This record gives sequence, structure tokens and C-alpha cells, in this order.
Amino acid sequence: MAVLVIADHDNATLKDNTHKVVTAAQAIGGDVDVLVAGTNVGPVAAEAAKIAGVRKVLTAESPELGQGLAEAVADLVVGLASGYDYILTPATSQGKNFSPRIAAKLDVAQISDVTEVVSGDTFTHPIYAGNAMETVQSADAKKVLTVRPTAFKAAGEGGSAKIESVSVPAAPAKTHFVDQKIVKSARPELGAAKIVVSGGRAMGSAEEFQKVIEPLADKLGAAVGASRAAVDAGYAPNDYQVGQTGKVVAPELYVAIGISGAIQHLAGMKDSKVIVAINKDPDAPIFQVADYGLVADYKAAVPELMDALTAAGK
Amino acid sequence: MKVLVPVKRVIDYNVKARVKPDQTGVDLANVKMSMNPFCEIAVEEAVRLKEKGAATEVVAVSIGPTQAQETLRTALAMGADRAILVQTDQDLEPLAVAKVLKAVIAEESPELVLMGKQAIDGDNNATGQMLAALLDWPQATFASAVEIAGSKAKVTREVDGGLQTIEVDLPAVVTADLRLNEPRYASLPNIMKAKKKPLDVKELGSLGVDTAPRLKVVKVTEPAKRQAGIKVETAADLVSNLKTAGVL
Ligand SMILES: Cc1cc2nc3c(=O)[nH]c(=O)nc-3n(C[C@H](O)[C@H](O)[C@H](O)COP(=O)(O)OP(=O)(O)OC[C@H]3O[C@@H](n4cnc5c(N)ncnc54)[C@H](O)[C@@H]3O)c2cc1C
Ligand SMILES: Cc1cc2nc3c(=O)[nH]c(=O)nc-3n(C[C@H](O)[C@H](O)[C@H](O)COP(=O)(O)OP(=O)(O)OC[C@H]3O[C@@H](n4cnc5c(N)ncnc54)[C@H](O)[C@@H]3O)c2cc1C
Repeated sequence: MAVLVIADHDNATLKDNTHKVVTAAQAIGGDVDVLVAGTNVGPVAAEAAKIAGVRKVLTAESPELGQGLAEAVADLVVGLASGYDYILTPATSQGKNFSPRIAAKLDVAQISDVTEVVSGDTFTHPIYAGNAMETVQSADAKKVLTVRPTAFKAAGEGGSAKIESVSVPAAPAKTHFVDQKIVKSARPELGAAKIVVSGGRAMGSAEEFQKVIEPLADKLGAAVGASRAAVDAGYAPNDYQVGQTGKVVAPELYVAIGISGAIQHLAGMKDSKVIVAINKDPDAPIFQVADYGLVADYKAAVPELMDALTAAGK
Repeated sequence: MKVLVPVKRVIDYNVKARVKPDQTGVDLANVKMSMNPFCEIAVEEAVRLKEKGAATEVVAVSIGPTQAQETLRTALAMGADRAILVQTDQDLEPLAVAKVLKAVIAEESPELVLMGKQAIDGDNNATGQMLAALLDWPQATFASAVEIAGSKAKVTREVDGGLQTIEVDLPAVVTADLRLNEPRYASLPNIMKAKKKPLDVKELGSLGVDTAPRLKVVKVTEPAKRQAGIKVETAADLVSNLKTAGVL
């Protein structure tokens, strides 16, 4: 039995999501291989080879793979599929883009956002914005899964898998990359950060968001998140959105400022270890999930919190 | 250009889903149902393409029970020209939905399929990608901007670190993200007009598509509940609590 894990990376560094999906693969059992598809992936493959318990690392290189075009990734993986019983991908926006295409080409179901491996054919995943957990048993010969990284611990290092390059099918003819605007940030990545500070509609403007949320995040060494309302209003970029239809995070500490706690937002952060809410409305639903709630106007509370953190040596 | 818009009837997004005590699923009896919000965005975009002159006809299609006709009427009231219901009481998996849509597309030959990126019940975020795979069409998922130029669509996509723009040859499948547009409310006159627009009903069986489930539901349970915590009085209290909790 063999499991193929499709690595999450940006053509420069390997993302921790990969280590987490390897853990899910190990829970299934069998040989675990990691596919690194992109451009100039040598350094990324070398990192993947160090993940404990990996049998081998496959590399595939082409411009279209580097651009992450779903058609290119799907054609490549479908070509490799005969050697594997399971194909696992992190449930990032990139993974969600190509994985269903692989499943359909193989004529199998995809099980989305797996949070628990119950057995080799049975998996649990959230539905209805995480208000229900569904356990399904698959009758397909091959199983294609996207895995929610926050639900698994990262596999350790210490491996020394061999690295093999594989040939790449013809480039997709009907899809063309035009450009991309990727925001580079010195802050930790939202999905992997230990602390996340998120702002909501209460911020009222992008300037206010930057003035209130970002310094607090920097003081805590945190990533910055936002509610959909804050993103829609243009206070924060789209990839900050936490929730059912944004990113799912599960940091040690999640600080929600001026966020009401709609079910769609909770779906993205309710598995955080400790939740703090600052909201002036004592009845805001966010307080039903918060470990520590501060009923206050953020305009006064955040500066006080900054001072209290300084006093505490932060 | 003909645009096909698959729309799904789902639990209204304001309603909190409740798991049935016997763990067989989610209780949908007497629950308010609406058009999936992402499908509304797709309908809106298709109608705007028609208003701009880029599209000539907008056809809404739903696969579901008789009541999905209401969802299709909503799409018609928003500006779709006609609708097709593929009627079934079965709960179809995304792969089966994609196969049924493929059969509808064989009859309709649209140049563009515009659909939601995700339905808020199953949350699978899979159907559009699967449909594109089955048709061997290009896909442009999680769209926040769509521009039609000749036989191509230029699509801006919401991706992990920001935005990506790709160009796909038509015919193609595009899936809508939240920020593509803000769907209109249907006006009363348009709701009245929608009642007279054509709505075709086909039986699922008449399409000859294999929709057998690949997955068996073992159980549906409630997620682990969080305990509400405590209210703190000051920012300083908050910091000392966080220190005690070991997260600072
Ligand atoms: C299909 C669909 C998908 C969605 N997906 C997501 C998603 O992925 N993520 C997401 O976040 N949302 C999502 N939403 C939106 C969600 O339903 C809510 O509308 C959104 O989360 C609200 O954002 P908010 O809490 O910032 O704003 P609001 O609900 O307006 O809350 C603002 C809060 O700020 C408080 N406040 C105001 N002023 C102050 C002040 N001075 N000091 C302190 N507190 C103050 C108020 O008391 C209020 O509680 C989705 C909705 C739909 C329909
Ligand atoms: C075992 C099992 C049990 C289920 N139990 C339930 C249940 O108890 N209650 C329930 O409501 N559902 C149930 N379903 C259905 C399931 O939750 C999903 O609705 C179904 O698998 C489709 O996935 P999705 O809606 O998440 O697709 P997504 O891929 O998230 O949908 C994306 C887009 O595809 C299009 N689309 C999807 N479905 C349709 C459709 N029928 N017609 C037209 N367009 C469509 C829409 O444009 C939509 O925006 C069950 C499914 C299975 C396999």
C-alpha cells in the first residue's frame, strides 16, 4: 500500500502543512511518498526528504507547475496514480483547486477537509461550517483526500528519503498564467502562526485596521487575520479572511477584536486553543466561544492591552 | 455566448445546522432553505455578463427535489432566461452532480459554466473542478473578477498569498468566490415575470448517468463544544490570565 502526499510550497520553501499531511498519511499506513511539483524545486525537495518516515520524494518541474495551474498538477498526478492507493493534499486554496480535478479524472469521490483518519477507508470531515462532523466510508479503489492541516501534528524531521525526478506531461494548452500579486509579509503565516490577531468590521477603515491590529500582532509575534466583513470593506487583503470560506486556523492564541462571531467566522477559528474576544457588545456571540472576554471599546482596550503587554515584558 | 449556471438549494446561511439525535445527518425538517450564497454570486455575474452584452442567454440548472424549483425561480427573478430542474430526491455527491451537469451540458452546449466555489452545506468545494475535469475544459476557480474577451476569459483568482490572474480558452468552468460581486435583490416585478419564464423539469433517471454513491455515511455527530470562558475586567487582567494559561 502506498500514499502520495502532494507538498505545499512556494517554489522556495516547504510549508509545514506538508509535514501535517504526512502525519495523516502515516495514520493511514503504508509507504509515504511526497511529490514536489514546481520550478527549481531542489531545495524544497531536500527539505521534504528530511521528513521522518518518508520513503521517497518525487520532483516534477515545469513553468506551469510552478504557477500552480490545476490542469498541469492534475495531469501529472493522474499519470502517477497507478502507483498509489491514496492521494493526499493539504486543504489550502491551491490544494482545493487541483485535488477535485484529480479525483474526477480518476472517477473517484474526493473527501474534503479530512480532520480524522478513522481507518484505511473511513474518514471524518466537517460539513455545514463545522456545525456537524460527518464520518464517511469510501468504496472507491483509490482515495483522494484533502486534509485540514490544523487537525494533525507536524511529522518530525530526521528522515533521509531518496529524491527522484519524474517526467512531466505536456503543458495544458487552454489555460495561461497572466500574473500574480502575492503579498510578502515579515509576519508569520496565518495558517501556521502560534498567535493570530484578527480585526473585524468595527475597525471602520484600512488605516484603523493597520493602526490597531498590526502593532498588536507585531508585539505578540502574531499573524494577522480578519473577518469577511473587514475584507469585503477593503480594510484587509483577501487572504487574511478567517472562516468557512477563508482560512482555517487553530493557533495557541486567537485574539478577535471587533468581530461579532458569526457561524461562518467561528468555523475558521473555533479549534484555537485559547480564544480572546474584545467587543463592546456583551451579547456578541463571539463571547460564547471565548475563554477570555473583555467587554470594551477596542479604541481604549487595545492601547491598554499594548501597555499591559509591555509591562509584562513583551 | 450561452452561460450555464448550476444553482443549489441549501440551508439558509443564517440558520445554524443541527445534527439529528440518531446521528444519521443534519435535521432539515422545517428549516429555512435558500439559494447557496456562492450560486447567487454566480447568477449575478452571469446576468451582468448578459447586461454588458458579453452573454446572450443565461440558463440556470439545479439538481434536487421539487422544491429546488423555488431556487430556480429566484435565479429567473435575478435575470436568468430559463431554467432546468433535474429532479431527484437522492443526495448526490459532487462527482455525481458533475456527471449530471456534464449530461446537461451535452444538450445545452454553453460556452461558459459559472458556478459557486462551494456549497455551504457539504462545504466540499469540488463540483466545479470535477465538472471541468470530466469535460476536459479549463477551470478558473475562486474568481474575484471575470472578463470575457473574444473566445477567452480572463479570471482573477483568490489564492493563498493574494491574487492570481489566468486566462482560459472557452468553453471553461469558472467558480465564484465571495468578492466577485454583490448579488442584487430581485424586484417584485421581476419576481412576477420569473413565474412566466420557462422551467423545464427532467427526471434524473432520464439522463442515464451513474450517480451511485461512492461514500457511505457512517455517522454525523456534533463537533466538540467549547465552554464559554470568563469575562475579564481590564486589559491587565487579560494579560495575567494569558500568562497563567501559558500562551504568552
Ligand atoms: C456564504 C458566506 C460565507 C461567509 N464566509 C465567511 C468567512 O469565511 N469568514 C467570516 O469572517 N465571515 C464570513 N461570512 C460573513 C459572516 O456571516 C459575517 O457577516 C462576518 O463574519 C461579520 O464580520 P464582523 O464580525 O467583522 O462584523 P459584524 O458582525 O458587523 O461585527 C462587528 C462587531 O464589532 C463590534 N464593535 C463595533 N464597534 C466596536 C468597538 N468600538 N469596540 C469593540 N467592538 C466593537 C460590534 O459589537 C460587533 O459585534 C460569510 C457569509 C456568507 C453568507
Ligand atoms: C453520504 C452523503 C450524505 C449527505 N447528506 C446530506 C444531508 O443530510 N443534507 C443535505 O442537504 N445534503 C446532504 N448531502 C449532500 C452533500 O452535503 C453535498 O451537498 C453534495 O455532496 C454536493 O457537494 P457540495 O454541495 O458541498 O458541492 P460543492 O462542490 O461545494 O458545490 C459547488 C457548486 O456546485 C454546484 N452544485 C452543487 N450541487 C448542486 C446541485 N445539486 N445542483 C446544481 N448545482 C450544484 C453549485 O454551483 C455549487 O455552488 C449528502 C451527501 C452525501 C454524499
